[in-house]
Formats: sequence, C-alpha cells, structure tokens
Amino acid sequence: MHKGILLAGLMAGISPFTVTAAQAVEIEYWQYVFETRVNAMDQLIEAFEAANPGITVKHVTFPYADYQTRVVAANMARQGPDVLQLFYGWADQFIGGRVIQPLSPEAFPHAQIEEEFFPIVSAMKRGDDYYGLPTAVRSLALFYNKNLMTAAGLDPNTPPTTLEELVTQAKAMAEVDGAGNMVTAGMTLDMGGQDHQWWREVLVRQFGGAPYSEDGATVTYNDEAGAAALKFFTDLQLVEKIGQRGFMDEGQAAFRAGKAGFTVDGTFRLGSFRTIEDFEWGVTELPANAEGLRSNYASYFANAIGASAEGEELEAAEKFLAFISSEEAMKIWLDVVGELPARRSAALTEENLANPVYAPFLKGLEYARTTLFVDEAAQRQNTIDMANRVLIEGQSVEDSLAAAAAAEQAIIDRAKK
Amino acid sequence: MAMTEQGAPTGRPNRPRVFWTMRRRQLLWVWGFLAVPVLFYGVIRFYPTGHAFWLSLTDWDLMSEPSFIGLDNYTRLFADPQFGRVFRNTFAYLIMGTPISLVLSFIIAYALDRVRFGHTFLRALYFLPFITTASAMAWVWRWFYQPAPIGVINDFLSGFGIPQLAFLNSTTWALPSIMVTAIWAGLGFQIIIFMAGLRAIPNTYYEAARIDGLGEWAILRRITLPLLKPTTVFLVVFSSIGFLRIFDQVYNMTTNDPGGPLGSTKPLVLMIYQTAFSSYEMGYAAAQTVVLFTILLVVSLLQLWILRERT
Repeated sequence: MHKGILLAGLMAGISPFTVTAAQAVEIEYWQYVFETRVNAMDQLIEAFEAANPGITVKHVTFPYADYQTRVVAANMARQGPDVLQLFYGWADQFIGGRVIQPLSPEAFPHAQIEEEFFPIVSAMKRGDDYYGLPTAVRSLALFYNKNLMTAAGLDPNTPPTTLEELVTQAKAMAEVDGAGNMVTAGMTLDMGGQDHQWWREVLVRQFGGAPYSEDGATVTYNDEAGAAALKFFTDLQLVEKIGQRGFMDEGQAAFRAGKAGFTVDGTFRLGSFRTIEDFEWGVTELPANAEGLRSNYASYFANAIGASAEGEELEAAEKFLAFISSEEAMKIWLDVVGELPARRSAALTEENLANPVYAPFLKGLEYARTTLFVDEAAQRQNTIDMANRVLIEGQSVEDSLAAAAAAEQAIIDRAKK
Repeated sequence: MAMTEQGAPTGRPNRPRVFWTMRRRQLLWVWGFLAVPVLFYGVIRFYPTGHAFWLSLTDWDLMSEPSFIGLDNYTRLFADPQFGRVFRNTFAYLIMGTPISLVLSFIIAYALDRVRFGHTFLRALYFLPFITTASAMAWVWRWFYQPAPIGVINDFLSGFGIPQLAFLNSTTWALPSIMVTAIWAGLGFQIIIFMAGLRAIPNTYYEAARIDGLGEWAILRRITLPLLKPTTVFLVVFSSIGFLRIFDQVYNMTTNDPGGPLGSTKPLVLMIYQTAFSSYEMGYAAAQTVVLFTILLVVSLLQLWILRERT
C-alpha cells in the first residue's frame, strides 16, 4: 500500500501523463453500518470503479444510531456526501433541509422508473420529482412454526390464507396453564414490532377503510372500518385469547423461542430466524379477508444524491446511483444482504418465485402500500398506545381510536406546517 | 549582594519584587493551572448550556437555520398532555425514590457498621451493583419482571399458585418496578457514604452517652443522626438529582415501548431524548431541558435551605 503511494508520487513527479489521473473524480457514498450491507456495497463499488475508470467512490459508514445526525450535521457544514442512503420515511425532512436534490429526469426518466420499479417507489416522489431510488425493499409476511402446528393437530403445509383461518389455527396452538398463564401463544401480539404496520396498512384496509388520505396529510382511520380493525386486533387477546401483549417481551423473541405459532414480521427478520435450529418454520403471505382482499406494508432504504453534488461530481454521482439501482446490483444485494430487489424484473424471476421463503414476500410487494410517515417513532408510539388503552386500561375501541386519530393528526400537522 | 553587582541601578531589582510578591506569583500559578479546566468547562459545558437557553426560543429542527419564535416552545410544553404525565412521573421517582433509598441505605449502613463477621465481604456485595453498568443491570431486571414462562419472579409466584403480576406491562406497577431497580443500583454508594459518616463520629461521644445511661434509641436520635447531618444533606441532594435525571433504567427496561405502557414510566429526560433525537425538534427539546434545569436548581436549593445548619 505504502509502496504504491510512494510509486504514484514518484510517477506524478516524473510523468506529465499522471496529471489526468489526478483529475479523476472522487465521490463519497454514505450509509449506516450493517455488515452485509457494507460488504455488498464494497462489491458494487469495486465493479463500478472497474467499469468507470475515471471515478473513485469513497465508502463512508456510521453506526445506525448516529447516521441521521451525522448526515444532517455534515450537510450544515457543507461537507455532505454525493450519494447517500436514507430511509424513505426521512425523505420529507431531508428534502426540507436541502440534504438531497431531485433526480434529473434526463438521467432517470420517470416513465422508466414507474414501469420498472415496484409501485412503492412513489414514496420517494414529491411533486414532479423523484428524490431517490431503492436498491432493495422489505415487505411483511406471516411466519409459522411447523412443529407447533403439527402438535396442535394442524397440517403444517396449509398455513392460514384468511383472517378467519388465522384465528382458528392460532386458537388451536395457544396453550394456557392451570393458573391461566399463557404458555404458548397462538400468535404474537406486538404493536411495537411489525403489528402496527399490519394494523395500519393491512387490517384497516381489509375491514374496508383506509389509514390516510392519498397525500398522507389526513388521518382517515377513525371510522367504522378502523374500529373494526382495532377490535379485531385487540379481540385476539381479549376474546379469542390467542396471544398476549408483552408475552416473552417481544413477538420475535417468542417466535424464535418456539413459544408462538404465528408472527407477522419482515424480510429483515430472515437472517435471525434462519439460525433457528429447534423447530421448522415456514412463511406465507399475510392472510386475506373474507372477500380475498390482501394488503401489505413495504419499506425501503433509498439512495439519493446529496444537495452539494454539482458539475462532474454530480455526473459521477448519477452514474453511480444508476449503477447501484440496476438489475445486476440488485442481484448482488439479494445474494449478499438477502433483501428483495426493487425492480420487478430482478425480483419476479422464476428462481425467486420458486423460493419458498422469498415468494410470499415478493407476492406481497405487488399489492404493498408504503405509509408516508412524518415521524415514524412517534406514529408507531401512537399506535402502540392506542392498543394499550384498550388492552390494559379497558377503554372502548371507539374512544381509543378517536384519541389516536386526533393525536396522529396533530403529529402530521406539525410536521407539515 | 545585589547591591554589589555591577552597576545595576539601585531601584531596579526592587521594583519587580514589589509587583511580583509571593502571593501574586502563587496566584499566577494557580490561575495558570486553573485556566485549562476553566477554558475546557467554558467551551464544552457552560457555552452549550447558555446556548440551550437560546435554542429553547427557536424552532431549530437540525435541518434548517433556527429562527426565533419567542416562548412558543414553552406554551406548547405546558399545554402538552404528555408533559403533565412526564412531570408527575419524574416527581414520583424523586418523592418515592429518595426517602426510600436513604432510609434503606441508612439501616443497612447502621447494621453493617456493627457487623464484624464478613464485614468487608458484605460491604463489597452491597457496593457491587453500583459499579455495574446501568444498562446491563436494567436488562437483567427486565428479564426478572417478564410474565410467566420466562420471568423469574412470576415463575416463582406461579410455582405457589399465586397469580402473576404484570410489573412492566402494567400502567400502575411499571414505575415502581423500575424504581426498585434504580434504588437497588444506587444503594451501594449511599451505604458507603453513610458508613464513612458513621465512622467519623468520635467514639468518645458514645462512651460518654453510655456512661450517662442513655439507651440505644436515644443515642441514635440524639447523637448519631444529628452528627450525620452533613452526610445526609449531601446524599439527599445527590440522590434527588439522580432520580430527577433517571434515564438508563427506564430506557433499557422498556425499549420496545419507550417510557412504559402509555408513558407510565417516562421521565422528563427520556422525553427530552425522544424529542431531540427521534423527532429532531431541537428547539422544543431545549425548552424541556431548560425546564429540567430549573427543576433541578429549585429542588437542590430548597433542600439545602430546609436542611441548613440552624445556629
């Protein structure tokens, strides 16, 4: 390494030709630390640099907890990255704070984006502009414990396809000891996990409502459909007794420990569940309602171009963004990270659709929705509280729902003002 | 000798001696050394503190330039229903936590002071929680408090057919459950300080009292407690500040529903943390910080005034 630098220095001194090499563009790419993501990106950068000799990409990573603050602080100091990764839910803040710039329609034609990517890419669109493109997306599905199903006399190869079947099968698996304590949950109930997404984008729609207006500015779940959806969820504990909030601390922990029959979780949980050795598990699409309506929640980290990139750096950044959102890049990402490709052509291959683990998630992507969060943590907390008021304090479903809707509207209004 | 040295004007060697007196030179040294920490504190402590007061009057969201909005953050804070709950929680930690922990640690220190057998071992045992990382402890207690199949306490209760306690899952019991952990964690330190205070009371007082025929209870009331007052004042103020700033235990024991079910355990510091680093409302968080600062100041001064030496 040192020798290389020395040699380069010597050559720079001797040869006038190296001047052009010194003018090569260097761009910075930022993302948070997650081992497989960092590895995948290193591979992509290597391939990109090989294909574009004039451009070098500096890969900078930060711990997740600091990431947002670092990006914002760097941006204030005008030291921001040229290309960066961001959660789609941060888009409003990052656009408002001029951290990222719109993608030029010449380099990234809108018609092409809309045709080739899954529809959830629209969550990165504001007005007429797209502000970023995802490499990989995540969706939800229902994980089931095959051993518990067998023990309860169910067929482990026919997991529930409807909400009704979900309840009956979960009931068969739930087990309570003599003192009335839950020993095995038929299903995990954990609003702090993925259940709040399940309730918001799936259950509310399946009971005939919609969680928000199309532009995400108005809360619209405070109606009969929302109440029915909340009642369905809270009744799983209060009436059907197939689950218990707080059982084994977290839903995913209960499932991992083999103490829960079903759990709703996302692609990002696959890495953790793959190390389960004590029992066999399967995964299936989120159950449909009686009319066959399905829904799903998808989310993603998008890559965007930093506001400070201009001139030849902007050109290089556009090339790099195009490369990391290409089909080849998505294949590498799926192999290394295990996250689903964001382009239909890369995702819906025969191989992927035949994969018993990926297929349910991929099917979910076709009809998935993406919530336009303004403050994900606060909005999740609001949904957790809504369920807790019913489950712990015995408040009526309608009152709790109305309070939640008012509080969430206030959060949205404050963010949008 | 100076006089004989080659032709120096007579006044000159005297003049600096007048200015640089021993005292002045000492002061120069003292300030020379103090300058480093003063500068350090000024830059990393006092300047940000002062800046927080200014930020509390702005709408800074980390992204855009802060703009002055007057007292809007404060009016919003006092109208925020969450603030009312958080305020009550914070004072619940203080009002229950401080007396309970002080009484407990005094009793233990008093008893420990009389124990000869295994004294050092016992003292170490009590001190151990204090040197353990708060978050690690919080996670162990979180596991203790879980419902039946995994929770140690509830498993034990179920073994006797006693119904489960919801602990962290209950809006009523979550706060006391966390307080127990916090008290336990701070106990070791308070015991050590109390024991040092007890040891500092001269034995002659006790001997004189015994010769005069005073009972144990009277000795405790008339001699031990009054002479322990400086120690007690220190611990009251110290522990109050600790409980008003409680964060680690709450944050780690309720990560999946931060601040407990329906915010039942959320202290002011956690609210500040969430406002600043999850909602990025820096101006609003600064206003909350100023309120916390005021509370800490008032409570500490009040305690010092109540427990002052009456001469």
